[in-house]
Amino acid sequence: MISATQAGLIGAALVGLGLYGLITNPQPLRKILAFNLIGSGVFLMFGIIARKGAAAGFPADPVPQAMVITGIVVAFAASALAIALVLRLYEETGRVTLRPDAWTKPPSDGAGSE
Amino acid sequence: MIAGASADAATAGGGLLALPILLPVAGVLLSFLLGGRQAERIALVLAPVQLGIAIAIAALVWGSGRPVVYILGGFAPPLGIALRADGFSAVMLVTATLLMPAAQLFARASFATPRGTEKRAPFAFWTLLQAIQAALGIVFLGGDLFNLYVALELLTFAAVPLVCLDGRPETLAAALRYLLFALFGSVFYLLGAALLYGAYGTLDIILLSDRIRAEPAVWVAAGLMTAGLLAKTALFPLHLWLPPAHANAPAAASAILSGLVVKGSFVLIVRLWFNVLPALPSAIPGAILAALGSAAILAGSVLALRQERLKLLIAYSTVAQIGYLFLMFPLASGPWAADAWSGGVMQAISHAFAKAAMFLSAGLVAESLGHDRIRGLGGAGRAMPVTFFALGLGGLSLMGLPPSGGFAAKWLLMVATIEAGQWLWAIVILAGGLLAAGYLYRILAPALFGDSLPLEKPPQRSREVVALALALVAVLLAFAPHAFFVFLQIGRPAAMAALR
Amino acid sequence: MSVLLALDIGLALLVFAVAARTVFARGAFEAVVDYVAYGLLLSIVWVRLFAVDVALTEAAIGGGVTGVLLVGAAARLRGAETVAAEESPSASLRVVAACLCLLVTAVLAGVVLLLPYPGPTLAPESARHLAETGLGNPVTAVLIAYRGIDTMLEKVVLVLAVVGVWSLAPDRFWGGAPGEARAAQPEPTLAFLAQVLPPIGILVGVHVFWAGADEPGGAFQGGAILAAMWMILMMARLTEAPPISALWLRLLLVAGPVVFLAAGVAGAVIAGGFFAYPPGLAKPLILFIETFMTLTIAVTLPILVAGPPRREPVE
Repeated sequence: MISATQAGLIGAALVGLGLYGLITNPQPLRKILAFNLIGSGVFLMFGIIARKGAAAGFPADPVPQAMVITGIVVAFAASALAIALVLRLYEETGRVTLRPDAWTKPPSDGAGSE
Repeated sequence: MIAGASADAATAGGGLLALPILLPVAGVLLSFLLGGRQAERIALVLAPVQLGIAIAIAALVWGSGRPVVYILGGFAPPLGIALRADGFSAVMLVTATLLMPAAQLFARASFATPRGTEKRAPFAFWTLLQAIQAALGIVFLGGDLFNLYVALELLTFAAVPLVCLDGRPETLAAALRYLLFALFGSVFYLLGAALLYGAYGTLDIILLSDRIRAEPAVWVAAGLMTAGLLAKTALFPLHLWLPPAHANAPAAASAILSGLVVKGSFVLIVRLWFNVLPALPSAIPGAILAALGSAAILAGSVLALRQERLKLLIAYSTVAQIGYLFLMFPLASGPWAADAWSGGVMQAISHAFAKAAMFLSAGLVAESLGHDRIRGLGGAGRAMPVTFFALGLGGLSLMGLPPSGGFAAKWLLMVATIEAGQWLWAIVILAGGLLAAGYLYRILAPALFGDSLPLEKPPQRSREVVALALALVAVLLAFAPHAFFVFLQIGRPAAMAALR
Repeated sequence: MSVLLALDIGLALLVFAVAARTVFARGAFEAVVDYVAYGLLLSIVWVRLFAVDVALTEAAIGGGVTGVLLVGAAARLRGAETVAAEESPSASLRVVAACLCLLVTAVLAGVVLLLPYPGPTLAPESARHLAETGLGNPVTAVLIAYRGIDTMLEKVVLVLAVVGVWSLAPDRFWGGAPGEARAAQPEPTLAFLAQVLPPIGILVGVHVFWAGADEPGGAFQGGAILAAMWMILMMARLTEAPPISALWLRLLLVAGPVVFLAAGVAGAVIAGGFFAYPPGLAKPLILFIETFMTLTIAVTLPILVAGPPRREPVE
């Protein structure tokens, strides 16, 4: 089970690495990349759990594998939505920032009305 | 704990449990396909049907006196997925299916679909709203942690585009932050679930509750999942995304976001700690959650006091009121547990109705005055009496003044904390009530006094009535009969164990 | 064994190194390119874990389609780089974050090493019920039979993502088409690739989908390959994305979840429970559902990459 344990350790390292990237990269695109890293690390954890569950003639437990496949598709959809938001924000304003005070409008106009 | 075998056996009539999920999903798919006016029609037609189904499920749970179980696909857990309805699920489902049509009726004026070509905002609005209903159905009824992960993702994808529906840059940025926080939440929830599967070979809630022991893997998983879910529930200090997102969304969307969507991840935290992890000694985690909740109550209320815009104030009030929900965690075991549980659930429900009423009223105010600055509200109460009455009644529940559901909730929580000897939380509840009175006074006092303001556009009477009706429900919850509280106890694990 | 061991260790180190480059790269474009390489390496790790279905999915969707999405975004966001530089976090924040992340990694690694081996597993259960479904690939059985509702809901999540992405368009573009218009003179290299690859790709995609019933493969993997072929055509500008109001497009986008939902509801009538399969009819029904799922995936992935509509609708 050497490869399984290694994959698990790599998964743990990727989660940590991705989390670091998430916290320290201010650009939303880099944060989205970091999320994908964390996600793939989590999937690797599922992977070693699947490998450790080899039984009944299967080399790996199929249930976690199915969960990972579902997770990969959902992660892609999340990236697509996030990227679309980032690109739209950039097109509208020419900059992409998550700082909360970057968008405050002065209260004298119709902010909040619809 | 209920023996695994009997808890998983399907109950008669359990097929009903699949409908709150399948019906809105069908609605979403049809709305997407047909688009345009059909999306609105489908949403409006399905809403009362879903309310009927929710009431039927509640009746089924009440009749059987135990949780109703349904096994999907004929494959029982651990391999397959089960749906489970207990008193808590049924009540939350009824709340959701009541709030949805109310928000939809309110929104018809803003998101009416014109004849002819399809328009962007109405199409997105009606489709996404139905998707929220579907996601909430799974959240309340799901019995498998991975199924609940998919539900969380569905909820996030449905809620985020609603925030930026009007396309302004600040709403786009708020939606992006919301999405990033929500993704952080989902990925750490999934990591925790992976660890639980690795340790016990199943993600079914009841089976896990039988198998879990206090091991390091479980503690780590619990910590990760809770952290993820707290980010989605916007508990202090992970609340930063909520005020801009909820304040800038369209009014009907804000009502659903604050009233229901944040409660979805809260329900999962409850399921996690009460249903999956009761084998863990929960004194310290419960105290941590309640401490964060207290910080949320105090910080949220203080920040609400300082807001200049009505909708932002109401959004910060949501941050504060969510804090009350977490006071039930340190009170999970002991003779006061039933009261704490009822108090927490009542807070979730009454806040949903009261906050929805307030957001809808604030939406009417913003439309009629052209702005939502608090300084500019002088005399608005005389010009729009019904709207401000709804606002005030909702506020009554938030403050916890009798008679209101909020009062009942806070009273139950106080009784539980005092019986348990955990006085700190009682003080926090009282302080929170005072602070809420403070920020509500800020908005109601100038509105009710001063000369009547000229309105750009008087509010539509039917929309005012919707807001008022929701506020009245929040008040009427105070008169819930004793049977209601007995109903809430159905399925609460410690209660079921005591029944044996 | 030592060769495989060396391979595994080398692969693990390489994956980590490329991931680290993704996080620490200076520019967004470099980071994205590193990420694509990382995705491909990761799929080899999955093969070493004997999870071939996952390896296919990671290569196709995780590395491939996500890569296209990210590369496109990085190219369009080049102008945003300098503005964001002023928000770089301070050194103390970096140190705190690094300590936190090291702690998280250490805790997770510890838990991973402590997990029981052989671990609790659902493999015997899956094997036991495999005959009922008529399938040979247990992962497909889990996805479509044992935990079908999760897969159906995941398709709905994809539909929602499309709604969300489309809703970001300015009002005036609603009903129009995303992506770029057909080029009168497509770039020769891309055009050549786009003419040679799709026929092969379509064959491979259909095969991977069809074989997924008994071998590694399935709707997601096959659909992703088909999606890639359409994306190549669109990237070469030999064809353009359809307008979002087109009925056939909407039909294909919901065909998968609709058929799955219908089969699930029908199961209540003919097989005694929602999402149950009647004995004997299970495999044909599953393949029927998977066919439409493949079509939907093949259409959804390129539409998500194409983004919100960018041209006014033509009447």
